[in-house]
Amino acid sequence: MTELATLLEQWEPVIGLEVHVQLATASKAFSPSGVEFGAPPNSLTDPTVLALPGALPSFNRKALELALRLGVATGSKIRARCRFARKHYFYPDLPKGYQISQYDEPLCEDGAIDVWVAGERKKIRLQRIHLEEDAGKNLHHGATSLVDLNRAGVPLCEVVTQPDLRSADEASEYMRALHRLVRYLGVSEGDMEKGQLRCDANVSVRRRGEDRLGTRTELKNINSFRFVHKAIEHEIARQIRIIEGGGAVERETRLWDANAGVSQSMRSKEEVSDYRYFPDPDLPTLTIDGAMMRAVITSVPELPAARLERFMREYGLSFDDASTLTAERELADYLDAAVRAEGDGRLARPIANWILTELLRELAGRPIAEAPVAPAALAELVGLIADETISGKIAKDVFAKMIATGDGARAIVERDGLRQISDEGALRPLAEKIIADNPRQYGQYKAGKEGVIGFFVGQLMKATGGKANPQLASELMKKLLDA
Amino acid sequence: MSDELVFASAAATARRIKAREVSAREVTDAFLARIEARDGALGAYLAVDAAGARARADAIDAAVARGDEVGPLGGVPVGVKDVIVTEGLVTTAASKILDGWVPPYDATAVARLRAAGAVILGKLNCDEFAMGSSNERSGYRPCVNPWDPTRVPGGSSGGSAAAVAAGLAAATLGTDTGGSIRQPAALCGVVGLKPTYGRVSRWGAIAFASSLDQIGPLARTVEDAALLLEAIAGLDPRDSTSVDAPAPGLRAALGQGASGLKVGLPKEYFEGAIDPEIAASVRAAGDALVAAGAELREVSLPHTKYALPTYYIVAPAEASSNLARYDGVRYGHRAAARDLGDLYARTRAEGFGPEVKRRIMIGTYALRAGYYDAYYKKAQQVRALIKRDFDRAFEQVDVLLTPTTPAPAFAIGSKATPIDMYLADVFTLACNLAGIPGLVVPSGATAAGLPIGAQLLGKPLDEATLVRAGKVIEDALGGTRRPPAWTTGGAA
Repeated sequence: MTELATLLEQWEPVIGLEVHVQLATASKAFSPSGVEFGAPPNSLTDPTVLALPGALPSFNRKALELALRLGVATGSKIRARCRFARKHYFYPDLPKGYQISQYDEPLCEDGAIDVWVAGERKKIRLQRIHLEEDAGKNLHHGATSLVDLNRAGVPLCEVVTQPDLRSADEASEYMRALHRLVRYLGVSEGDMEKGQLRCDANVSVRRRGEDRLGTRTELKNINSFRFVHKAIEHEIARQIRIIEGGGAVERETRLWDANAGVSQSMRSKEEVSDYRYFPDPDLPTLTIDGAMMRAVITSVPELPAARLERFMREYGLSFDDASTLTAERELADYLDAAVRAEGDGRLARPIANWILTELLRELAGRPIAEAPVAPAALAELVGLIADETISGKIAKDVFAKMIATGDGARAIVERDGLRQISDEGALRPLAEKIIADNPRQYGQYKAGKEGVIGFFVGQLMKATGGKANPQLASELMKKLLDA
Repeated sequence: MSDELVFASAAATARRIKAREVSAREVTDAFLARIEARDGALGAYLAVDAAGARARADAIDAAVARGDEVGPLGGVPVGVKDVIVTEGLVTTAASKILDGWVPPYDATAVARLRAAGAVILGKLNCDEFAMGSSNERSGYRPCVNPWDPTRVPGGSSGGSAAAVAAGLAAATLGTDTGGSIRQPAALCGVVGLKPTYGRVSRWGAIAFASSLDQIGPLARTVEDAALLLEAIAGLDPRDSTSVDAPAPGLRAALGQGASGLKVGLPKEYFEGAIDPEIAASVRAAGDALVAAGAELREVSLPHTKYALPTYYIVAPAEASSNLARYDGVRYGHRAAARDLGDLYARTRAEGFGPEVKRRIMIGTYALRAGYYDAYYKKAQQVRALIKRDFDRAFEQVDVLLTPTTPAPAFAIGSKATPIDMYLADVFTLACNLAGIPGLVVPSGATAAGLPIGAQLLGKPLDEATLVRAGKVIEDALGGTRRPPAWTTGGAA
């Protein structure tokens, strides 16, 4: 790694990503078959998916709605009219012998996605976002190959960046940002394990200061955040070594082998296919009218990058805390709801802290939707700490009781008499008695061993069942001991 | 007796079955017996579903006996071109590559025919994947012309036209991509109707050229053609190019006559090499319309000469794409092969006939990167001009009257080159490029007794005017006649 870091002092990587995002529709892009992960092979098919003679595609408008949402959220230019095109190649997982895609008339162009790299916001420009259908899957069993067409015809958005990324870190941060975005928008479940987000990377290197782009290679099949980083870093190092060794990078497509941690050449430029694109005559021109755009625009929520900034600005959170709390839309929604319930933004930070520590610990990795305490209930608890009704320590016990009983914080405090004792007059007799009962410790204190005050405060807390206002308890003890 | 059943119009047969003057089973048996006895010499059918047809006819008879509604085609035996899929009944598009393939679903047009009460007799011969104008390009066997067995029935819906002409089906479905309903209808002396693009769902029509293909009826009378179109037309969510324009009451146009109708004669259709007997026959059809109160007017369609080259870019380009699915992986013919590339190459080399391969190669060439603009895109631009010609003509007239073919049925094997064959469609291609409807009606015969058909072209979705004018020509010129060799006592 340090070796690569040294190389990167002189070499600049230039990276563009093409990400396929599976759209969260219930049925396929051009036919009524369902979409489901892990269904028995070829159970999600119909005449159109199987490309039976005479079968025709008819477009699922839900896919358009989702793609438009992504287009709007990335500030893309949206075409009022666009067409589907057929992309031809022969492969057993492609039943029609062509993929329905978009070519010279993509739905969205010139958008951007904000990415945070080392606390800095960077705008990654998007070349295009277009609609297409997925292919099936070939399964190889020794000498036999089988085809599963369950995935064939599943609607995808292909999101293509400009070559704006300059490191493996930026590339994986971009992937995270895109992942967060599509999940926020409800455009995709974005589960990389299920292939719902698949990344191809175009990578080249050039000497720093050089304007001209180097020869690029295309890396395919990088299907986890970790692999995006690893595969790109591996490719950057490979290219630099070739050039420094006096060689030239070959324009080719390489397949990332996650198990071996290396890439292998798939095909060279000479073998590049001619896809014979032409407008699909089975599908009419898509027209996007004002009413549709208005509906999409109103359906787009506050985006993660904007929300992160708002959390820092309005709630006074650190970048790291804001970043964690905006990673999932539901988590950020929880914070907003709790802050709103409490009524006054003043408590936003302690609420955020409670979510980040106690609530997330309690959830232990489960999604926020399973939170045992509603946002308003958590806000009430934090409110009780803030107005000194209970101490932070007692609050943890109250929180546990809230989870166990489902009761509200205030009700538990009243019922169990947990209200904090903040009346000096009520504590003084107890404090005086503790000093009188412990002459040895008193002597130590008076001899200059000031740490012994902890003992006295602890005794006072114990005597009040933990309900003494801790600050008051410590001030009072000090005053009495020093008297 | 049998002659009267098999040469009756579909409308009359439906009426008689409903009135219990004859049973659906008797009618179906009469057609099946005739197919059994005589189709060996004709070659109209690729598959006959005798058991299915009889069961369906019995069900219709039972419904009639109960007094149930059996639909406007209740008990009428029809045949379906083999490029239209039929659930449970082998469908091959007359290609070896689909040998033995049994579809698991019905084309929308077939489902609607069944819903209207029709009895499906079987699947009709055609040129392979509907590519041809003579039925000589069938992957299985030729079909001959009932008027002269040494001549072609036309194509690609040759079996659909010959079966109606010879009394082997009361009516049939064909498909028309560049004249494939109208040209064989003219050559066999029957009525053929190509509807407006989108009027009939293409769901289940095995695609040749998606932007041109359209299913339509071939029938003995204009009324029957209208009856069938009424049954099959209308929006279908499974075909995104289908139009929300059902055709109820199309038959109401039958009795409207031609009074006040403005009929255009496109001069470009009468300028080239055209058989004088055909020119005279079209003039006779024009005279019949004038006699009924229509007004004839010469119009111009200046881009007509570009229709043929335009068609032969657009249609093969789309075909090369549509036929990519025949790869031996999921259904149909699969060749023994060493590896994947070999599987594709051998399957397609063995499965497709020469005309299909020719068009796949032309189309593949036209769509190559860097050639798209020069060929496909340019052809689409010319297509827009051809469409505009029709739009302008229809500002002046209600309907156009033209010859259907430059010559009557030609001898089997006489078209030496593909170009000679392509020229047989020179008058029918523009209609598909423009997406407008066309109707062919028998308008007489040559001195040698070969049928001639006049072509009427109409405004988009204005099949009613075609039916109206077609009925006038049919009444004046005698309509569909029975080929002598196919009537009782005639030698088959």
